[in-house]
Amino acid sequence: MRLLINKIILALSTLSALIGLGFLGWILITLFIKGLGSFHFSLFLNDLIDGGLRNLIIGQFIMAGIAGLVGIPLGMVAGIYLREYGRGRYANTIRNLSDIMMSAPSIVIGAFVYAIIVIPTGGTSGFAGAVSLAIMMLPIVINTTDNMLSLVPKELREAGIALGASKYKVIIDIVIRAAKVGIMTGILLAFARIIGETAPLLFTSETSNYFTMDLTQSFPSLTVSIYDLANEPEESSRDLAWAASFILTVLVLCINLTGRFITRNKNK
Amino acid sequence: MVMSIEKFSFTYAGASAPSLKNINMEIAKNKITSLIGPSGCGKSTLLRSMNRIHDLYPGNKYDGKIKLLNEDSGKMENILDIKKENDFINLRQKVGMIFQKPTPFPMSIFDNIAYGLKIAGIKNKTEIADRVEQALKDGALYKEVHDRLNKSAMGLSGGQQQRLCIARAVAVKPEILLFDEPTSALDPISTAAIEELIVELKKDVSIAIVTHNMQQASRISVYTAFMYLGDLVEFDKTENIFLNPKEKQTEDYITGRFG
Repeated sequence: MRLLINKIILALSTLSALIGLGFLGWILITLFIKGLGSFHFSLFLNDLIDGGLRNLIIGQFIMAGIAGLVGIPLGMVAGIYLREYGRGRYANTIRNLSDIMMSAPSIVIGAFVYAIIVIPTGGTSGFAGAVSLAIMMLPIVINTTDNMLSLVPKELREAGIALGASKYKVIIDIVIRAAKVGIMTGILLAFARIIGETAPLLFTSETSNYFTMDLTQSFPSLTVSIYDLANEPEESSRDLAWAASFILTVLVLCINLTGRFITRNKNK
Repeated sequence: MVMSIEKFSFTYAGASAPSLKNINMEIAKNKITSLIGPSGCGKSTLLRSMNRIHDLYPGNKYDGKIKLLNEDSGKMENILDIKKENDFINLRQKVGMIFQKPTPFPMSIFDNIAYGLKIAGIKNKTEIADRVEQALKDGALYKEVHDRLNKSAMGLSGGQQQRLCIARAVAVKPEILLFDEPTSALDPISTAAIEELIVELKKDVSIAIVTHNMQQASRISVYTAFMYLGDLVEFDKTENIFLNPKEKQTEDYITGRFG
């Protein structure tokens, strides 16, 4: 009887795994076929106005990059505070808030930034998009830093203190160094997460058909343009959306794999 | 005598009862003093009070005195009065500590040892290099690692890591070294090497060692303190503790009747 139950459960879980992986495979295969079909290297050379994707890819990276410049240091310092200095209810409240923020729907963050930046400044801008992405990124970086620092044995901190180092020196020289690989991986994964976001940008940066570095204007975004292009009636626009989706997926995949590669090398 | 502990009590943050009660003992100069007793007796707590590493966590309470010899003035100074950051750095450079698990820093072998020297304010590169080499020799590690000083210390074996930690502590020329069960995570061969090293070190420093291993205490120490449930039951010459204990509790523990 027990053997039978064992077999049924094994069969059920295998089936569920296959269904899940099946859909994932289906998505990837569709994406590859449709995306590769309309993929061409000239996409990297022309802007959207000329039927290419260059400005969109660059714009997406600029916004995500600025978000990272703001979100990574802020999140790391907050994470260090939570793990190394924060005690009692105050720290716990911040930790819980950060956890809640991590699961906040991204469209809500977009709406929030729309209310506090887009409306007061009178229009969508690359700046607003970057802020939106930074807010998305912040709790992930806080959480990663906090967790990775918690894996550093307390004896290592004590050993630093026992040599006469002050607490902040122990944290900077020893603790962070010990957790470096984990934190870096977490940051890469956070970056991979925000680079593919659409909802926080939809009404903060919008998108632009032209190449621009002006962060005070609507800013080119790959994800938002995929959304726009897919809604257009012409076949050529939808093909371009497929190609853009394909490029985006490959980019995110690459960042993710890099993150995993770093972790694996560390564990060796 | 380099350290004198007088009427010392210690209470952990949030605890209602003290973990150490009215402890009186001494650490003799250039001798090895063992702290033995069953788990939870407070021997590690006492050892960790001697360089105030407890202060890393807030809210702990000290009572009584722990006096450390100031080599310059010849006076005994109470380390429980220390409040300033600089004085703490000073204290910990005088009273070093080795932990149960080896604690190499995630950096090169060389940098591990240079770390304490830099904190001590030594900037001259040749002096640092000389003292790193000397410390590795003192730690009986130089022969094994001299050709890979720039490799990560994490690649060393457990016994080598522990000797590196000892070398790191020795490098800053402490007056006292505190060992908190330094061999309990090591195999017998590494243990023997560390024991030999500790005995060798006592010509330069005074040593206090917490150990679960009574043979170890009897092999290496001149004085032994037996602790039980936060009390110092008996403190005497090691041979007296092991061969001729005055207290019944000590005898029961030594002969293996409890603990």
